[in-house]
Amino acid sequence: MRYPLGLLLAAALFATPALAVRPGEQLPDAAQESRARKLSAELRCLVCQNQSIDDSDAPLAVDLRRIVRERISAGDSDAAIRDFLVARYGAFVLLRPPVSAQTILLWSLPGLALALGGLAAWRLFRRRPGEAGEGPAEMLSPEEQAELQALLDKPGRSGPAA
Amino acid sequence: MIVELGHFALILGFAVALFQATVPLWGAIRGDAVLARLGAQAALVHFALLALAFAALTHAYLVSDFSVLNVFQNSHSLKPLIYKWSGVWGNHEGSMLLWVLILALFGAGVAVFSKRLPDDMLGATLGVQGLIASAFCAFLIFASNPFLRMPNPPIEGRDLNPVLQDPGLAIHPPLLYLGYVGFSIVFSFAAAALVLGRVDAAFARMIRPWTLAAWITLTLGIAMGSYWAYYELGWGGYWFWDPVENASLMPWLTGTALLHSAIVLEKREALKTWTILLAVVTFSLSLLGTFLVRSGVLTSVHAFAVDPERGLFILLILIAFIGGSFALFAARASALQGGGLFAPISREGALVFNNLFLSVASLAVFVGTLYPLLLEALTGAKISVGPPFFNLTAVPLMVPLFLAIPFGQKLAWKRGDLLGASQRLWICMALGVVGAAISAYAAGGGPVLALAGIGLGIFLVLGALDDLLDRGLRGGIGMIGARLRAIPQSITAMALAHAGAGLMVIGISATAFETEKIAAMKPGETLALDGYTLRLEGIGPVTGPNYNAIAAEFSLRDPAGTELARLRPAKRVYIGRQMPTSEVGRYRHGLSEIYLAIGETSDGQHVDLRAYHKPFVLLIWLGPLLMSIGGILSLLDRRLRIGVPARRARLRPEPAE
Repeated sequence: MRYPLGLLLAAALFATPALAVRPGEQLPDAAQESRARKLSAELRCLVCQNQSIDDSDAPLAVDLRRIVRERISAGDSDAAIRDFLVARYGAFVLLRPPVSAQTILLWSLPGLALALGGLAAWRLFRRRPGEAGEGPAEMLSPEEQAELQALLDKPGRSGPAA
Repeated sequence: MIVELGHFALILGFAVALFQATVPLWGAIRGDAVLARLGAQAALVHFALLALAFAALTHAYLVSDFSVLNVFQNSHSLKPLIYKWSGVWGNHEGSMLLWVLILALFGAGVAVFSKRLPDDMLGATLGVQGLIASAFCAFLIFASNPFLRMPNPPIEGRDLNPVLQDPGLAIHPPLLYLGYVGFSIVFSFAAAALVLGRVDAAFARMIRPWTLAAWITLTLGIAMGSYWAYYELGWGGYWFWDPVENASLMPWLTGTALLHSAIVLEKREALKTWTILLAVVTFSLSLLGTFLVRSGVLTSVHAFAVDPERGLFILLILIAFIGGSFALFAARASALQGGGLFAPISREGALVFNNLFLSVASLAVFVGTLYPLLLEALTGAKISVGPPFFNLTAVPLMVPLFLAIPFGQKLAWKRGDLLGASQRLWICMALGVVGAAISAYAAGGGPVLALAGIGLGIFLVLGALDDLLDRGLRGGIGMIGARLRAIPQSITAMALAHAGAGLMVIGISATAFETEKIAAMKPGETLALDGYTLRLEGIGPVTGPNYNAIAAEFSLRDPAGTELARLRPAKRVYIGRQMPTSEVGRYRHGLSEIYLAIGETSDGQHVDLRAYHKPFVLLIWLGPLLMSIGGILSLLDRRLRIGVPARRARLRPEPAE
């Protein structure tokens, strides 16, 4: 809950904004710590509303951060840590839902919409005068064309009235 | 007594809204100008009544009348005056009253500026606006009445959520609502145009000032909310892809698309159905946002099911208006003829490109926000869709859009010459690459994407302003003032708004270069942060009007050792709700900031400090501010502000844009 309008409805929620990662939690190895931060940002604090464990001060988030760091120290890969947490807490813990039968629509809709929209725009550009409702008025008849050519060929620039 | 007066005014306002929703609409359809014109009077009376109701509730807050349930639940006698004031809309019922008040304000606005509107258009538009007002007045009166009294008034109130006790809250929701709800009048115009079957350049001109006004305030409201979250919530983020944020971003994206497609409609009478559809969709998304925020459905589908009254009420309003308007659209859209022709490489083509990407981005946000709710409702499976999803979908969609802006600005209508238009843009692009290289050098490397973002932002700013510079310098340096003044205001406005988008891109990209330090510190200890030195001078208690706090005092020194500032981040506990909040300490230099937040101080001997150096962070909000200034300039352009131009004005040749 991190946004004023949301807070208006949040009487029941107690977001306690503060430091999430505490000094004592950090791993001594900078590369491992940065991996832990990156991973934590994609894991949901299950008892909070739409916060990652990296952002949250809730006790559960503290625990999850500790688990992530323990696993990293033990040499687990990011994927192994994610699998471990999904086995324990379900897919809900992942802020980036993996592509599956359930989420295929989620991941494909923006691309589909872009393709369909692009197609519609293309058809818009390909319209011919007749379809556009402007009618043939923009086309000159052969007689008009000849008259125009005659005017253009005339010397002097005083215009058609001359 | 005053509270009852307000209650009565609200009920009377409902009655007037019902009148406004029927009689003028009937008059418009039957061609009865007298009945149609009654819409203007009704809209003004409706607004006056709702203003009275709002004033009555405000009065109850100012005098801390705890016999009113709403005041008891959300106020406290010790609360500073400004928060008593802003507390009126810091809760569900009060904010819905503000919602309806703003709805009425836009109706009254059309009534006041209606002289140039055709009678039937005025009647139909205000009629539709009255329909919306009736629905929401009914919601207020029957499902969330702010004027309910308590039989045994308590002596003290429960206080406002302390996170909301901030000057930012005084401004943010009204701005956001002005934007959100402002699109209602554009929706009403669109519905009226569908009913009357008249979608033309004049229609585009009618909606232009209203679309702009709503867009400006929505832009400011979102930026304000983002800035508020940045300094109030204490972890220095500016955007979280929270469903509530998404709810305001979706109408902003489609509203921005609408602003651009209306230009094509106005100049070339093309994109008629699309513009109408965008007007309908934008307000539908505003309604959806209201539903998401107000129904509790976001907390969980189950929370919605436990107390469904309000949620169902808004859901019904949502279905009625979205369903109704789409049915109307389906029935009438085929009657709208397409307008002028144009090549893909043209100003219109560029605006179509803009609309395509903005709409798809809005759709990506829509899908990401609602997918988990729908999936849970349908299958019971719980998944999370968080920031990584939006960063992989909506954000990449913005890149081609931003890249295209400077080119679009230079293309001619109907058929443009891309190579000719883009000659000087290559120079801007080269300068962007140089800027990115300089940033990489200054920061000692950095993520490639962030560097590309900085280059893109610089290109966008320079490309947007290129036209102004070119026109200004054409007569030599001495003529620059006069030259710039001669540029039509709407062109300056466009350049500034686009440059604002560029500044925002730079600011967002620069966050990749921030430095974060987390440390436990004792008094007297120092911390180095990008060449600056922080020293903890002391920890101590602070007492505020309605809170107690523990504050830490840090001195900040620059690399030369000169003291720049004393920063006092604190943790507050509000007396009323015993809820902790954090106050950050900030030091600004140029467009960058040093940002401190403290955590646990339990033993009084040390504090947990989180310190950031955030380069160019202020651009994230200065960009949208510049966008809004562009919008305001455009709104003030006399040539375009006027709803339907007088005949004489139309004969004047218009400068090409």
